[in-house]
Amino acid sequence: MTTKTNAHAKPVRRRSVMAGAAAAGGGFTFGFNVPFFGAHAQAAAPEINAWVVIRPDDKVVIRIARSEMGQGTETGLAQLVAEELECDWSKVTTEYPTPTQNLARQRIWRNFSTGGSRGVRESNEYVRQGGAAARDMLVRAAAAEWKVKPEECSVDKGVITHKATNRKLTYGKVAAAAAKLDPPKEIKLKDPKDWKIAGKPLKRLDTLDKLTGKQIYGIDLRLPGMLTATIKDAPVFGAKVVSFDADRVKSMPGVKGVVKVGDTAVAVIAETYWTARNALAALPVVWEETANSKVSSATIAATLKEGLDAAEAFVGNKAGDAKAAIAGAAKKIEAVYSYPYQHHVTMEPMNATALFTPDKCEVWCPTQNGEAALAATADASGLPAAKCEVYKMLLGGGFGRRGRTDYVRQAVLIAKQMPGVPIKLIWSREEDMTHCQYHPVTMCKLVGGLNDKGDLVGLHVRISGQSILSSVLPQNLVNGMDPVQFQGFAASGVEAAYGYNVPNLLVDHAMRNPHVPPGFWRGVNTNQNAVYMECFMDELAAAAGQDPLEFRRKMLKPKWLAVLNAAAAKAGYGKPLPKGHFHGIAQIMGYGSYVAGVAEVSVSDAGVLKIHKITAATDCGHVVNPAQIERQVAGSFVYGLTALLYGEITIKDGAVEQTNFDSYNMMRIDEMPKVETVLVPSGGFWGGVGEPTIAVAAPAVLNAIAKATGKRIRSLPLMHHDLKKA
Amino acid sequence: MPALTVNGKVHQVTVDPRTPLLWVLRDTIGLTGTKYGCGVAQCGACTVHIDGVATRSCQVPLSQVTGNKKIVTVEGLATNGVLNKVQRAWLAQDVPQCGYCQSGMIMAAVALLKDKPKPTDADIDAAMTNICRCGTYQQVRAAIHEAAKA
Ligand code: FES
Ligand code: FES
Repeated sequence: MTTKTNAHAKPVRRRSVMAGAAAAGGGFTFGFNVPFFGAHAQAAAPEINAWVVIRPDDKVVIRIARSEMGQGTETGLAQLVAEELECDWSKVTTEYPTPTQNLARQRIWRNFSTGGSRGVRESNEYVRQGGAAARDMLVRAAAAEWKVKPEECSVDKGVITHKATNRKLTYGKVAAAAAKLDPPKEIKLKDPKDWKIAGKPLKRLDTLDKLTGKQIYGIDLRLPGMLTATIKDAPVFGAKVVSFDADRVKSMPGVKGVVKVGDTAVAVIAETYWTARNALAALPVVWEETANSKVSSATIAATLKEGLDAAEAFVGNKAGDAKAAIAGAAKKIEAVYSYPYQHHVTMEPMNATALFTPDKCEVWCPTQNGEAALAATADASGLPAAKCEVYKMLLGGGFGRRGRTDYVRQAVLIAKQMPGVPIKLIWSREEDMTHCQYHPVTMCKLVGGLNDKGDLVGLHVRISGQSILSSVLPQNLVNGMDPVQFQGFAASGVEAAYGYNVPNLLVDHAMRNPHVPPGFWRGVNTNQNAVYMECFMDELAAAAGQDPLEFRRKMLKPKWLAVLNAAAAKAGYGKPLPKGHFHGIAQIMGYGSYVAGVAEVSVSDAGVLKIHKITAATDCGHVVNPAQIERQVAGSFVYGLTALLYGEITIKDGAVEQTNFDSYNMMRIDEMPKVETVLVPSGGFWGGVGEPTIAVAAPAVLNAIAKATGKRIRSLPLMHHDLKKA
Repeated sequence: MPALTVNGKVHQVTVDPRTPLLWVLRDTIGLTGTKYGCGVAQCGACTVHIDGVATRSCQVPLSQVTGNKKIVTVEGLATNGVLNKVQRAWLAQDVPQCGYCQSGMIMAAVALLKDKPKPTDADIDAAMTNICRCGTYQQVRAAIHEAAKA
């Protein structure tokens, strides 16, 4: 094979990054490599509708509104459009519309936000309609040229055929005429059982350039005359800068500026990153003392502990009378669990490039939310959104972190102090580690009552701890309650409903919000909620003297049960395992999907854990690309198991203690279990796949460890625990 | 003026000789395929070959690699437009997710296969200490075994 790209891996128009800057402004960003406006693109390539552009040479450009960050949404969404379009997949390429264009066209591409495993499940219908409408227009254009009825024509792989006369036209030949037609009034989508492109294990569209160093990420961007900045924000979140001594570093060779950024941060602007970094390290900065300077992990834990028994709590799910049922039960079981702060750690540190002039502000950034990045750009620059533009760059990881816009705002505030000069802001890993919006901290007290047959008759789940919405989206609180806190515990709904039939149930939340900023972290609250519920389920089963799977089977609703059964069957649960190996199970519903996992582990006499295998089943309703789902599921376990093994951000004197991978460890390949993915799509709904399976990683392994060692671990990470047999 | 040989090309570089090779490659020479992930030799995103040895370039000052040292980056793996067998295996296995760690992964894998043409799983575990946050490890392992067969 040569490095000459297969057609669909590369944008058709390839502008050099340097040349592109001059042409930048108001257009599409091409492919995922070249973040600039193709000035003449529209003239050369008819837009059939917002989603589909067809070039005269039959190349198909599919527009993708969601952000690609490795999860494969670009490929999956393109498959859905291409399926309805009936085009030739080998001719497909993609491009991002910009947020400003979306604004100018009344949000024709709808939501850009890419989080919550939402890409496919939320936009599948309207993107398929876009593909189907374009096909209808292309066929009508060909029929008109032949002066026949559209019904007499068929289409296959972008070639329209009039059967009676055996005449053929390709999409490229009729695209210009089709673009002038009205869209169809009615659109009928295909039955997924007839899919030929969607549902298939196709390769990703964006691989080749990631293998050769050609792929440009935000951190790689180079613009003419560009300078690089790096930043230091307050170690104690929110503390204001009192003073900094710019004179100490201003005259260092290559330093171009030392600037305050907002109230809390200071940045150095220099010719290169290394110069900026060294100058920043040498820059004396004084921040104010605040009440938060006294906060530590211990004080946070004390606050959360108090919430476990607090009289007041938000009720997220209630059936019958849990407290009375537990009081009257034959056996009462109680346990307290906790889950620490976690950091996203995208491999590419936060960065954004901004170019400010008094009448325009442009930003190039990796973002999970182009529209939020645009709003932040407008706000920070003081210009109306119509005079701002955000070019989305491929993300070197997102995991929820890049749904936020703090780094975008900083880049604009820095660039504003040097109008006309493009400035690339790069965070050091240390800045990144200490200025995240962290997966929040919670504790949970669970109390269950069993009757004399060992049935669970009452269950109280009290969560105490930090709410994400109260910090990130307070407008989404419901009378003060954070509904997202109850992911996996919801009474009903298509998002994250509780799977067990428990006659008397109370799930409530005592909200306790430390000053550490919380954020959405891949899997969000399903992560700890699955640990709490699924580990305690095993504790209850043990108290009832029953097998954990049998115990769950009596209570699980059909869809939850089906997926757990699928995982158990594939893993051979209950069948003999190699000596010293044990199975642990867990299940949850999250992001619209039903998932379950079976972990196979062993623990040596010295207490060394080995996770041999995880079998994970997913019912996501419809499968758009099984090969990419497999990769998402395998990757989700790396995320979930890293948190289980090592993940813990601690607070001292109000600041994060961990600074880099040497103090915040990551799972490597040697600890990677074999992951087997089982897909059991039951149809009729669309569930996400990027996140749901993460949640079962930790509880399945913890349940297996309990069987292997007799030790019930109720706090993370495992590195703090001695796993030698009890 | 110190000369730096990267992918067979000699560059005259005038930056501070203490500058890590990573930043010379990225900011001075403009080869951005080599990535910054940690700056403290932990993640492997910055892995390049120095005289054939996989090395974390964030910890190598420029002064140590000027003169007759030969540096190869991910951009220099393909020869005459033909992908290296590791890159081909990566393509066949559809390894990358976000892709940010993959330059380093590939450079480490090329060095491993030079050392051990038929690596066992244990060899892979020992040699491939790069961090991938997207969690591509299962595909990385499969691709290394596939490249070993090529
Ligand atoms: S950047 Fe060099 S090892 Fe991480
Ligand atoms: S592919 Fe994203 S970090 Fe490895």
